[in-house]
Amino acid sequence: MTIIQAEGLTKTYKSKSGPVHALAGLNLSVPQGTVKALLGPNGAGKTTAVKVLTTLIKPDEGTAHIDGIDVVNNPKAARRIIGASGQYAAVDENLTGFENLEMVGRLYHLGAKTARKRAQELIDQFELTEAGNRPVKGFSGGMRRRIDLAGALVINPKILFLDEPTTGLDPRSRLALWEIISQLVNDGTTLLLTTQYLEEADHLSDDIAVIDGGKVIAEGTSDELKAQIGGHRVVVTLVDEADAGAAREILARHGDGTPTVSERTVEVSVVDGPRALQYVLSDLGQANIQLHDAGMRRPTLDDVFLKLTGHRAEDEASKNDAEMEKAQ
Amino acid sequence: MTAVSQPAYESVGSPLSQLFSDGWIATRRNLIKIRRVPEILVFTILQPIMFVLLFSQVYAGAMNVPDYVNFLMAGIFAQTVIFGSTFSGAAMAQDLKDGIIDRFRTLPMSPAAVLIGRTNGDLVINSISMMIMMGTGWLVGWRVTTSVWGFLGGVAVLLLFSYSFSWVMALLGMSVRSPEVINNASFMILFPLTFISNAFVPIHTLPEVLKNIAEWNPVSALVESARQLFGNTNPDFPEPTAWTLQNPIITVILGIIVMLAIFVPLSVKKFKSISSR
Ligand SMILES: Nc1ncnc2c1ncn2[C@@H]1O[C@H](COP(=O)(O)OP(=O)(O)O)[C@@H](O)[C@H]1O
Ligand SMILES: [Mg+2]
Repeated sequence: MTIIQAEGLTKTYKSKSGPVHALAGLNLSVPQGTVKALLGPNGAGKTTAVKVLTTLIKPDEGTAHIDGIDVVNNPKAARRIIGASGQYAAVDENLTGFENLEMVGRLYHLGAKTARKRAQELIDQFELTEAGNRPVKGFSGGMRRRIDLAGALVINPKILFLDEPTTGLDPRSRLALWEIISQLVNDGTTLLLTTQYLEEADHLSDDIAVIDGGKVIAEGTSDELKAQIGGHRVVVTLVDEADAGAAREILARHGDGTPTVSERTVEVSVVDGPRALQYVLSDLGQANIQLHDAGMRRPTLDDVFLKLTGHRAEDEASKNDAEMEKAQ
Repeated sequence: MTAVSQPAYESVGSPLSQLFSDGWIATRRNLIKIRRVPEILVFTILQPIMFVLLFSQVYAGAMNVPDYVNFLMAGIFAQTVIFGSTFSGAAMAQDLKDGIIDRFRTLPMSPAAVLIGRTNGDLVINSISMMIMMGTGWLVGWRVTTSVWGFLGGVAVLLLFSYSFSWVMALLGMSVRSPEVINNASFMILFPLTFISNAFVPIHTLPEVLKNIAEWNPVSALVESARQLFGNTNPDFPEPTAWTLQNPIITVILGIIVMLAIFVPLSVKKFKSISSR
């Protein structure tokens, strides 16, 4: 059964440099109990999509339903069954971790006793004891993230939205959060998460929607997406960078697309991996080009992204991280 | 695998009890903040004491106003509670910036609750300030010369006026989105507004242009109503020419009603559409 359904969502923002089409006809459908990743670079429209689905903003056009509830016309009913954690941890700095979670429980109308009990459970489950009794101010980004995420789980929601849950976290916190998210998913919660990290989408989700320019440009399991861009890739590493031009020509002859060159490494996607590798090696041998390394590999999601959008996703993500670190 | 098809936690209570509960929870959040943020306490407690003492002890002699302390107190009350109302503006802008508004807006709570909590927070801050100022004022010779009802009425107009002004500031805070801008703008607008009034000097001593502004200034009406209710007016001062100053209590009550009638619905409507960038 489809539990999240969006059709033809558009949202245009005005900006100084003209209108920005944050959503440009986004369609999305998520079956109950599955995890869908919205994968896209910075500015792709991920946050805007999540904001529409979590009732924070109204789309200009299109419809969105969660569990059969129209989120545009009946936001309050939608809010009763969702948990959401936005791109930036939204916790009250002056409250303790416990007070933050208890407040969320009260505002879900769980009643005073249940809200307190639930807050304590989450503190224990998320190992937030340290932040339980002290104001959140002064705790690390990872800790705030966990409190925020715990806030999204207070009612054990039927549908959970996480917008870039691990962006800006150090690798250790990221792994810890992955662990938590994987556990949730085992409980049968439907999860829509956004990420700039191909690895994260691959690791956490059943299904990936690649989003760019406010639209879904490709969709499927990570294997399906990889298959979409053809089979293998042939990669050779040269001893001498001066040979790169010649090697590039040879790879172009046997490849399925334009080879890419990065210093001494040249690579191209091919239809039939082993066969192409043989031809490439024999031609390189004839041209007397010395090899440091050669082989073939399965495409990664990064390749998918490059192929679909013409730009790499990881570059943007790591640039983003660098900026976040600087800001801190 | 344990499939959870229903949320494990159900909401309790009728819509009305939920509204009250939401308002209380949002208020409690701001009360905790008052306790934990030292700047607020400084503003709430120390600044009013300082104002009362400085004005009554330093300026009293130079002012050439008979019984200056009794004249002054209503002015200091008014200025302090008006500035107290700007917390709502800065706090709404800050909450928007911090993203906590997004958290609230994805919860099934009443859209008015956050604003109710915020403006209640100002009311508490202003009530504490009022008590501190009244105590300090009493020590330096301020006396209410009417009745208990006059006293309560005076406190009520000051607090209700500032409460409704909090809603104006809340809307501004959500629109401007920058706590710094709100603070600077409040300072730039409210300082002159409270000084070009009858708060600290008798209006008839002002030069002609300023006198006209001061007479129509709503702050003057507020100060004058408090003075009348506390029995701190001076019969020797000339009769004001502006209708608002001739009928200050009616003016202030009308002002309170108009501010609430316009800014409560506008603020709630605005709240329903805001989200952090
Ligand atoms: N409130 C807003 N006002 C103006 N432009 C916006 C606003 N929110 C998002 N945008 C623009 O819309 C585009 C999509 O943004 P967003 O949904 O945040 O992307 P993502 O989350 O994938 O990084 C970006 O170009 C962004 O600058
Ligand atoms: Mg985003």
